[in-house]
Amino acid sequence: MTVDSVTIALVGSGGAGAMTAGQMLLDAAANVGWYGLMSRSTGPQIRGGEAAALVRLSPTPVHGPGDRFDIIIAFDWQNVERFAAELPLSEKSVIITDPSQGEVPAVLAASGAKQVELPIKELAGRIPGGRVNMVGLGAVAAIVGLPRAGIDAVIQKALGKKGDAAIQASNAGIDAGSKEAAGWNLGLELAAPNKEGATRWNISGNEAAGLGALKGGVKFCAAYPITPATEILEWLAPNLAKTGGKLVQAEDELASIAMCLGASFSGVPSITATAGPGLSLMTECIGLGVASETPVVIVDVQRGGPSTGIPTKSEQSDLNIAVYGLHGDAPHLVVGPTSIGDCLFTTQWAVHLAEALQTPAIVLSDQAMGQSRAIVDKPADAPHKANRLLATDLGGEAKYKRYADTESGVSPAAIPGMPGGEHTADGLEHAENALPSSQASDHQKQLDKRLRKLTSHDYGDAWADVEGEGEIAVVTWGSATGPSREAVRRLEAAGTKARLVAIRLISPVQPAKLAAALDGVSKVLVVEQTHGAQFHKFLRGHYDLPGAVSVFSRPGPLPIRAREVHETLLSLI
Amino acid sequence: MDTHLTDDVVGPLPGDYKSDVKPIWCPGCGDYSVLAGITRAMATMGLERHDTVVVSGIGCSSRIPAYTSVYGYHTVHGRSLAVASGVKLARPELNVLIFGGDGDGFSIGGNHFLHACRRNVDMTYIVMDNQVYGMTKGQASPTTEADWCESKLTPEGPGVNPIQPVALALACGANFVARGFSNNPNEVARLIVEGVRHPGFSVIHILSPCVTFRPEQRNWKSTVHPYGREPTDDPNEAMRAVLEDDGFGLGIFLAGNRRPFQPESAATRSIAQIEEGFAV
Ligand SMILES: Cc1ncc(C[n+]2csc(CCOP(=O)(O)OP(=O)(O)O)c2C)c(N)n1
Ligand code: SF4
Repeated sequence: MTVDSVTIALVGSGGAGAMTAGQMLLDAAANVGWYGLMSRSTGPQIRGGEAAALVRLSPTPVHGPGDRFDIIIAFDWQNVERFAAELPLSEKSVIITDPSQGEVPAVLAASGAKQVELPIKELAGRIPGGRVNMVGLGAVAAIVGLPRAGIDAVIQKALGKKGDAAIQASNAGIDAGSKEAAGWNLGLELAAPNKEGATRWNISGNEAAGLGALKGGVKFCAAYPITPATEILEWLAPNLAKTGGKLVQAEDELASIAMCLGASFSGVPSITATAGPGLSLMTECIGLGVASETPVVIVDVQRGGPSTGIPTKSEQSDLNIAVYGLHGDAPHLVVGPTSIGDCLFTTQWAVHLAEALQTPAIVLSDQAMGQSRAIVDKPADAPHKANRLLATDLGGEAKYKRYADTESGVSPAAIPGMPGGEHTADGLEHAENALPSSQASDHQKQLDKRLRKLTSHDYGDAWADVEGEGEIAVVTWGSATGPSREAVRRLEAAGTKARLVAIRLISPVQPAKLAAALDGVSKVLVVEQTHGAQFHKFLRGHYDLPGAVSVFSRPGPLPIRAREVHETLLSLI
Repeated sequence: MDTHLTDDVVGPLPGDYKSDVKPIWCPGCGDYSVLAGITRAMATMGLERHDTVVVSGIGCSSRIPAYTSVYGYHTVHGRSLAVASGVKLARPELNVLIFGGDGDGFSIGGNHFLHACRRNVDMTYIVMDNQVYGMTKGQASPTTEADWCESKLTPEGPGVNPIQPVALALACGANFVARGFSNNPNEVARLIVEGVRHPGFSVIHILSPCVTFRPEQRNWKSTVHPYGREPTDDPNEAMRAVLEDDGFGLGIFLAGNRRPFQPESAATRSIAQIEEGFAV
C-alpha cells in the first residue's frame, strides 16, 4: 500500500544536523521526481536551541503543510516542548526515537502515536566520522521508499568537495539507518514519483522574490538585514552584480528605502526587502515615493507579532500597515504572492507595475513562503518588465511638466541626463510643472492623478488566482492560499463544488472583478493568518461580499492546515 | 548682473542655474547668499544642468532645489544624504550635491551623516548652519548653545552641549571638510568648487544666519575669521587644528585622500544562466 503524501519532522537541537538532513531529503526526493516542501521551525536563537526541518513529499505539487506529521524522527528531545504545538500527531503517526535520549516527551506521547526505537547515536558512533543526521536520513528514506540513487546524487553534490572519507561516512550512516528501518513496514511508502512534465525547480520563496526582481529589470538594491527577509538580500547581492546591478548595505531601513528612491529617481529600477519593523521605518519615504511619483518595490516578508514579535514564525499581520500605514492620502500598490513559486511572478509583476505607474509597490510575502523551500514546476516566463514612460519631446518651446495631468494619470518622466527635463521631484505638494504649491486645486488635481493612475490601469487576470465553481467560496491571500486550495480540492474530490479566490492585487481593490468571481456564491469563507482578522475587515471595507460570510483567522506561529479549512467548509455546508 | 569668479571665463552664467521660482525665505536670510554661491560654483565648473542632481531634506535651507534649474529631489526630513547616495551609486556619472540645515543633517539625519562620511561616496554636502530650526519657527538645533533660552520648547535653554559639525565630519571620516560664511558668496562658491572637484564625500559647513529667530547672528560678520592654515590631507592634524579653532574659522580643513566608495558592476551572466541553478 502506498500513500499520496508524507509529512516528516526531523527534530534535533542545533548541531544535530536536522536541517541538513531535511534539506537532503527534499533534494533527493526532487531528484527522483517527487514534489515537496520544506519549512523550518527554529526559535529566535542565533545558533543551537531547538530546530526542526518540516518536510512534506508527494508525487503531485505540494501546496502547504500536511494535516499532521506521519513521521517524527528525533535526534534528541531537547527543547521540543517549545514547539510541540507545531507538531500535530495522531494515532497513525510514527515517532522514531533514540532510546539513549530518554522517553518520548509526554506532550507528544499523548497523541497515541506509534513509537519505534532506533539507536541513532549508537549506529552513528560505530562509523568513523559518522553523524546522527545521516542515520536518520537513511531511516526516513527507507520508510518512504526513496530510491538510493536520489540520495547518492545529493551526497555527491553536497560532499563532493569534502572528499571520499566524508562521502563514505555519510553513506555508511545512511545504510545503517535504512537497514534498521527496512523491516518496520509502517505503511508510509510514498506513491511512485511522476518524472514526466516540465522541468522542476528547487527554490525558496525568498530566492524566488529575488529572481522576480532580476527578471523584472531591477538594477539597484539597498539592504538592511532583518529576519526573515535577509535571504532575499543575500541572494540578490551576488546575482545583481552578475547581471550588472548593484547592492549596497545601508545603515538602516530609513536609508535603504531612501537610497532606492535616489537610484530610482535617476532612472534605475530599485528594490529593497524587509520585515514589519523595517516597513514601519520606511513608511515616510514610501509616501515620498507616492508624492514624488518615484517607483520603488519593497518586499515585506511578514512575521509574527509587532516589533520583533516572533521573528522566525509566520503571520499575515502587516496587511494593515502595508495598506493604510502611509500618512496623508497616499495611494500605492500592494500585492501578495500566493505561493513560494509565485513569489517570482508577483515580485516581477510588482517591478513592472511600480515602473509603469511610477509609484511604490509593497510585496507582502511572509516567513512561511520566504523561508520555505519547495519543488515546483519551473514557473512560466512572464512578460512583465520595468518600462518607465519617459518624456520624449524635451527641449522644445513648451516647458517640461513633470507632473502633467494626463488622462491615464501617468506623466512622462524625465530622468537626470535628459537635457530639457530638469525639474525638482518633490514630496512637497506641487503643481503640474513640479513647482511647490499649496493651492487646494493643485493638491486635489495631483491627488486625483496619483489615484487615477492606479485605478484606471488594467491589471488583467493577475489580480487573483481563481479556480473552481459552486456556491461556496474561499477568499484568501498570501500563504493561506496553499492550504485553502488543498481544502477546496478535497471538497470537490468528495463531490461538493467550491471556489477559491486568492487575491494577489490587494490594493488598489478590484470590486468588479471580485463580484464577477463570486457571482452566484451564497457562502464565503475568509481564510487568513492574523489574530484580528485584518484581511476580513479589509474585504468588508472595500467589497460587497455575497451571502453568509464566515472567517477562519488565527495568528502565528501555527501554520494554517488544509484539514482545518476543510473542516470549516464542511461545517458551513 | 551675474559676475564670473574670474573675468576670462566664458561659459554658463550663474543665472543659468537659477530657476524663476522666488524663494520663500525671510528678507535677509543667509540662505540667499548661499544660493548665489551655489549657482556661481556651478557656473565656474560649467556643470551640465541635465547631468547635475541636487538633493535636499526639509527645512528652510532644503528649499534650494526648487530655486535651481538642474535636476532636483526635495525629499524628507533628514534623509537627503541617503537619497543622494542612491543617485550617485546608481549613476556615478552624475554630479551630486546635497543641501540642508543643521537640524536636518545632524539631528534627524545624524546617522546618515555619520555613514555618509564613512562611506565616502563622491558627492558634496552643503550644510547651512543657523544654529536653529528655522522652518518650524525657532527651536534649538543640535548646534545651538546650551544656554540659548529663546525657544518656547526649551525656555531654560536646551541644556546640552552643541555639536561641532566640522569636528564631527572629521571624526566620522569625511574626505574633504571646509567652512564658509554665507556673506561671502564668492568664497562659498570657491569652497564648493574645491569640494566637488575633490574625490569622495565633501562636507562644506556654511554659517548662514537666521535673521528671524537668531537676529544676533548678523554679528557673525565680525566673528568669523580666516582659518589661517593650509589644508592638510591628514585627518588627525586637521582635527587638532579644528579643536583649537573657535568654530568661526573659514577655510579648508581637510583635503584627504581616501578612495571613494563606488561598487563596480559588470554583467557577466544572463538571467537564464542564473535560473539554471534552481533546476532539479
Ligand atoms: C519627520 C519630520 N519631523 C519633523 C518635521 C518638522 N520640521 C521641518 S523642518 C524642521 C527643522 C529644520 O531645521 P534645519 O534642518 O536646521 O533647517 P532650517 O529650517 O533651519 O534651514 C523640522 C523639525 C518634519 N518635516 N518631518
Ligand atoms: S526662518 Fe530663518 S532660516 Fe528660515 S527663511 Fe527665515 S531667516 Fe531664513
